[in-house]
Formats: sequence, C-alpha cells, structure tokens
Amino acid sequence: MVVALILLLVAIGSVLFHVYSPWWWTPIATNWTYIDHTINITFWITGFVFVAVIAFMAYCVFRFHHRDGRRADYNPENKRLEWWLSVGTGIGVAAMLAPGLIVWHQFVTVPADATEIEVMGQQWQWSFRLPGKDGRLGTSDVRNISPENPLGINRDDPHGQDDVVIENGDLHLPIGRPVKVLLRSVDVLHDFYVPEFRAKMDMVPGMVTYFWIRPIRTGTFDVLCAELCGAAHYQMRAKVIVDEESDYHAWLEQQKTFAELTGRSAVVRATYQSGGK
Amino acid sequence: MVDIPYDRTTDIPPAEVPDVELYHPKSWWTHYVFSQDAKIIAIQYSLTASAIGLVALVLSWLMRLQLGFPGTFSFIDANQYLQFITMHGMIMVIYLLTALFLGGFGNYLIPLMVGARDMVFPYVNMLSYWVYLLAVLVLASTFFVPGGPTGAGWTLYPPQAILSGTPGQDWGIVLMLASLILFIIGFTMGGLNYVVTVLQARTRGMTLMRLPLTVWGIFTATIMALLAFPALFVGSVMLLLDRLLGTSFFMPSLVEMGQLSKYGGGSPLLFQHLFWFFGHPEVYIVALPAFGIVSDLISTHARKNIFGYRMMVWAIVAIGALSFVVWAHHMYVSGMYPYFGYFFATTTLIIAIPTAIKVYNWVLTLWRGDIHLTVPMLFALGFIITFVNGGLTGLFLGNVVVDVPLSDTMFVVAHFHMVMGVAPIMVVLGAIYHWYPKVTGRMLNSLLGKFHFWVTFLGAYLIFFPMHYLGLLGVPRRYFELGDTAFIPSSAHSLNAFITVVALTVGFAQMVFLFNLVWSLFEGEPSGGNPWRATSLEWQTPETPPGHGNWGKELPIVYRWAYDYSVPGAAEDFIPQNQPPTTRAVQGAAS
Repeated sequence: MVVALILLLVAIGSVLFHVYSPWWWTPIATNWTYIDHTINITFWITGFVFVAVIAFMAYCVFRFHHRDGRRADYNPENKRLEWWLSVGTGIGVAAMLAPGLIVWHQFVTVPADATEIEVMGQQWQWSFRLPGKDGRLGTSDVRNISPENPLGINRDDPHGQDDVVIENGDLHLPIGRPVKVLLRSVDVLHDFYVPEFRAKMDMVPGMVTYFWIRPIRTGTFDVLCAELCGAAHYQMRAKVIVDEESDYHAWLEQQKTFAELTGRSAVVRATYQSGGK
Repeated sequence: MVDIPYDRTTDIPPAEVPDVELYHPKSWWTHYVFSQDAKIIAIQYSLTASAIGLVALVLSWLMRLQLGFPGTFSFIDANQYLQFITMHGMIMVIYLLTALFLGGFGNYLIPLMVGARDMVFPYVNMLSYWVYLLAVLVLASTFFVPGGPTGAGWTLYPPQAILSGTPGQDWGIVLMLASLILFIIGFTMGGLNYVVTVLQARTRGMTLMRLPLTVWGIFTATIMALLAFPALFVGSVMLLLDRLLGTSFFMPSLVEMGQLSKYGGGSPLLFQHLFWFFGHPEVYIVALPAFGIVSDLISTHARKNIFGYRMMVWAIVAIGALSFVVWAHHMYVSGMYPYFGYFFATTTLIIAIPTAIKVYNWVLTLWRGDIHLTVPMLFALGFIITFVNGGLTGLFLGNVVVDVPLSDTMFVVAHFHMVMGVAPIMVVLGAIYHWYPKVTGRMLNSLLGKFHFWVTFLGAYLIFFPMHYLGLLGVPRRYFELGDTAFIPSSAHSLNAFITVVALTVGFAQMVFLFNLVWSLFEGEPSGGNPWRATSLEWQTPETPPGHGNWGKELPIVYRWAYDYSVPGAAEDFIPQNQPPTTRAVQGAAS
C-alpha cells in the first residue's frame, strides 16, 4: 500500500533527519548544560510518541483500507483502554515537566556571590555597565539620559561614579564566575540573546529584568537581539568575549568609568562629601 | 454498553421544537448579496477569507524569497520584510482561519447539522458578515496608505508598535487596530448567533450528546472566542489611545529617536498579558473546529463510529477551559515575574493530556475500520501527522526552561506553523473536498485533489520539519537577513534556499486547487445528496444544495447519534440520524 508506506517513511525520515542533520545546537559556553539535558529528555519521549502514533496509523491504513466486502467493526468506546492511555500520557508529561521545573528553579535562583552587570539595549545597539571597585552599580533612570550620559546613570549616586561604561562596544566576562545580568532598555523591547549561553530574557523599558550564567569556556560569541525592535532589529549586534581572569583584568583596566566619561568626577565627589550642599 | 445514552435509539426527548417563520428575500439583492440565509453568508465569509488569505500567501512567498536568497531581490527591503511578516501572520490567524472556521464552516454547518432552518438571528448574522468585510477592507487599505502597513509583528507589542523606528507607525498601526476592533464587533454578532442556535434551535431528538463533533468543536470555539476576544478588544482600544491621544497605558518613560518621549508610567507587559489572554485561546479557537471536523471526516471515510465519543466531547470542553489558564507560556522570557513560570508550565503540559486523548481516539477510529482513501481522508491523515508533530514540539516550548533557548528562534516559527498553520489548513482543505458536493451539488475532481494533497502535505512537512533544526541551532526569527554570524554555517543558508523552493512549489499546488474549485463547479460529476453515505443531518436534506429553510416542509426528527456506521445487522454501513429505529434490523446488537 503506497499511502501506508509514505506515512511510515515520513516517520522514519524524520528520525533519520534528526540523527544525521548537520544543524544542532551550538557548543554550550555556560553552566546551563541542564537545559540541554532537558531538551534531550523531551526529544526521546516525544520522538517515541511520534513514531508510535504514525506507525500505528500506517499499519491501520495498510491493514484496514477498503476492499470489496470489508466492513468496519462497531466499537463505540473502551473505557479501560482510554484510561490506560490517559495515565500513560500523564506519566510521559510528568517525566518532562519534573526536570523542567527543577532546572527552572535553578534558572531563577541567582547565587549570592554573582556579580551584577548591566546590559542596556536601545535602537539598535548594545551598551554595557560593570560595577567599579565598590562592586555595586549606581542607580539609573531613563530621564537622566543625555549625549554624555547614554545609560542614564544617576549623577548623584556615589555608587555610579566608578561604574565602567561601554557604549556600543563589546562585553568581556571572566570565566568561571557567576554573573547576574541585569537587563534594561531605554526605548522598546529588546532581548539579549547569545545562543551559546542558552539563557535569554527580554529587556523592557521601565523595568529591570535579569538572568544569570556562569561562563565555562573562553571564546568570542555573537550577541543578537531576539525581540523584534524595529527596522534594524537584524543589525543590532555586539560580541561577548569570555576571558581568562588575567586577560579580563587587563581589558577592564583600559575601560573608562562614568566619572571619567562625564569629566565631573571631582565635582561630584566634593558635593557628596559636603552632604549635597 | 446499555448505559450509553447515544445508543438508546428509541428514546426521543418530548421537547417539541417549534418551527420558525423565515425571512423570505424579495429581490436578487436580498437573496444573494444582503442575504440573511446562513448558507449564503457562509459562502460570503469563505470567499472573503480566502481572498485575503491569498494575499497572505503571496506575502509568505516574498518573505521566503528574501530568506532563501538574501540580497537577490532589491524590491524587498528590511521595512517591507517586517510589514510582510506582520500582515502574513495577522491575516492568516484572524482574518483567514478564525473567519473561515467560524464564519464559514460555522454558518454553513451549524443549522444543517443541528436540524435548524437557519441561525436564530439571521439579520444580525448578515450584519456580522458586512462588518467583517469592512474589517478586511480596512486591513487591506493599509497596503495603500502613506508608510504602508504596520511592521510591528503580528503581536503588535508596544512600545515598538506605535513608535517611530517601526514601519507603518503613521497610518498602518492605527488602521490595523481599527480593523481588529471591527473584526471583533463583527465576530461577536456572529458568535452569539452560533451559540444560541446550538443551544436553542436543535431539532427534536438532537440532544447535546448526539451532536456531531464538528458542532461541538465550533460551538466550544465560539464560546471561547466570545470570552477571549474582549481582551484583544480592550488591548487594541488602549493601544489606539496611546497612539492617538498620548495616554500611557502601555508606555513607560522612554526615549524615542534620541528624545525623551511624552509617555510615562505605563506597562508594556500589560499589553502582552491582554494579547496572550486572547492569543492563546485563539490557537484553540482555530484548533477545536479543526478537531471536530476531522473527527467527522475520519469517521465517515473509515465507515466507523468515532472512538470514544463522550471522551472526545469532554476533551474538547477540557481543552477549551484549560486554554484560558496557559496564556503566559508565550511570555516565559518576557521579563514577567519568573515564578509564574512554574504555574504556566504545569497548566500547559496538563493540556497535553486531553489533546493526546483526541489523537489516540482518531487513530483508534481507524483501527478495524473500512478506510476509504478518499481525498478528505488523505487530508485527515495529513492533519494527524502534522498535528502530532506540532503538538509534540509544543511540549518543548511549554516546558518553561526548555523554552528559554528556543523562544524567538525559528523553532517557534516551525512549531506554530505546523500546529496551527499546516494542521488546521489540512482540515480546511479536507473539509472543502468533503462538503463541496453539498454546497454545489458536484464532486471536486479527485485526481487533481490527490495531486493537491500530496504536494501540499509532503511540501509543508519539508518546509517546517527541517526549520525546527535551524531554531535549535539558534537562528532567530523575524530577521531580514542573517548576515555574517559566526554560529550559522553556510549549510543553514542552503537549507533556507531549499525551504523557499519547496514553499513556492506548495504555493503552486494551491493554484491547482483553485482551478479545481472553479472547474468542478461547472464540469464536476453530479454528486447527489449524500455521496459519502454519511449519517449526519446535513446530508439528509431534501434538496442539494439545500434550499432556503433547509428542510422543506418538516423539520427532521433525530433518533440516534451521528456515528452509526457499520452497525452490526444493519443493511447499509450507515444509518442516518433521522432514520426511525424500526428500520434497524437487529435491536441492541451492539450491547
């Protein structure tokens, strides 16, 4: 039977494509190997169901297609069978959901020792901010934005003065240290997306969103925007470079702080010491 | 099996269904144009939806040309590309599929299948179509206004949708929102009609548990739409106010083109919640009618009762109810409170259980059937494969943490095209081959039909199955071109070119189908009233095509469920729903 054969070939072809396809996920660069494992579990379970359903269907078409004199059975329902299938499906679903929720719990639980850094999206470029020697990012507001203060850092916040600002440049991260990536946007929705990191999250104006990662291998990775943000969405690019600790510090030394960029470091510091008077 | 209500063929509920006074058209205009007959309105809905659907089909070719051969076609720029994806998505989901399933199939089949003379509010039904037509015209007009249609993506997310930097920010977005508002007004008029007709106008003996699953699917989908569309309605009105009057429902303080804008204090996420509170049920508003119709196609063409009818009904109702508590699975990476993820992942995966039951019951209906491989049956088989495929990839995207790497990639594009594009379209096409004889009195050419099926089914599978793997690789969606990106190998570009070639081929096959529709209208083999030897009421009308009022002098009386195929002892392998039990050869043979 040609039809049954073609249906079966669709199932077999899909499995072969899966096995031999040259298109597969990028080599992972962060701690989120658990996400990849969960995807693999899902592939096994769904792949089994897919092949089983289509093979059964192909068999039915092969075995029960119309011939002269053939008459169908009359069989309205079979409660036992229906319940068994429901329970079996429930078990399969639980086998995917449970690891998914466990890994999601890790995903939303940021380690206490994670360094906070900031990524800011705007049409259509990326900027980054790293905490200075005090280890904290200063406050910011979109209303502070000006040509010399593109990230809108609060000028009166002492924590912000030593923040390292990288406007429209590339981000470096040290290997092995957990990072909480705070995400901001000044105009529309964006999404900080590095395929090798597996993690991604939208950036929403008026909110600070986040995800966390721990880079596990060095390299240079493309940053793409994954949330439609207007005409040049596809050109909103940057790079993230994961460095060894020493290379990272060498790079960090060369970056400018907020105070240096605005040329107001002396003024602000004096104001702060006099209590703002 | 004695306790199965649909098997008690002698029991006719005492309720008398009063016959109704019909409105009788007096002129050609009120007969064919401003018609109040649900069958004419159904055809008007179907033709309008198909016409605008063809526009969306052409847009998909343009998009595929750009994706397959970037830089080759100078007449497609980045702005236009975004306009194409937006209009393609919006038209296909709302103006084609929703309108076709509910306005088209709903209008034609509900009165005929429940044994009514017409919808209960024929005048409102007529208005529903004309408002829908207006919505379509407003939508189509955006192609001709300054700046063109909106390019905000079919989700229309603010702030981007109403700010400069997005094409169609002047006129396109305003007309888009106005068109949606009109569509919802038109739909509400039709939808109330469908629900009241199913509840109030069923003929004598047509209990709810004797309804064909087609009616159950359309009925449940309509109730869902009546509950879900208001969320889109208010979202559209609020976004329109933000755009035109400068309110800030969805607009926080932000910078527009380097300047601090006048907006402040609103929430972009609020729009996303409103949109998806509509948007997720919308998936099932399209899917449930398809589930219902395909059940009837499989049963009729396999000459076997649908397996587990009662479970099928409850699965439809359960899916409909659950689909209102899963919407935020579209928002796992939106920046919403991350702990919502646990809840929405759980509800989303639970919905897989009633959905899986439906799939099992379809294939179990084939078991020991008498499968006629007619064109409608082929499309039903094609539906099962594409729906199972798309449903299973939904388990990836619904499982919150798995969604994180895959969201906003081509994996999502492949998934939703398979599950709510290809699969429902398979049902639409199968249903057209199935009911065309009732509508026109002629059969569609089955040789052309088989060609159409194989090219469409295999082609669509070749388009969307490999596309998942581009998404696994990390290729983002809504990209005008991929440019020079280290992780995307050149083989991925070859795959994109291959997909484009197949997409154009599948598009060509639809032209063959259109030819078949027109050619068969004049040259098709006369079908008679019941060419598939089916049981449900629409095949038992005294005239084919059914006349005004559907049933001639007397309403039919229903004695049994819609699935008495191959009943043991019966002379024929089908017993129409309105056939009195005395003619049944062996009483209770099934018990």
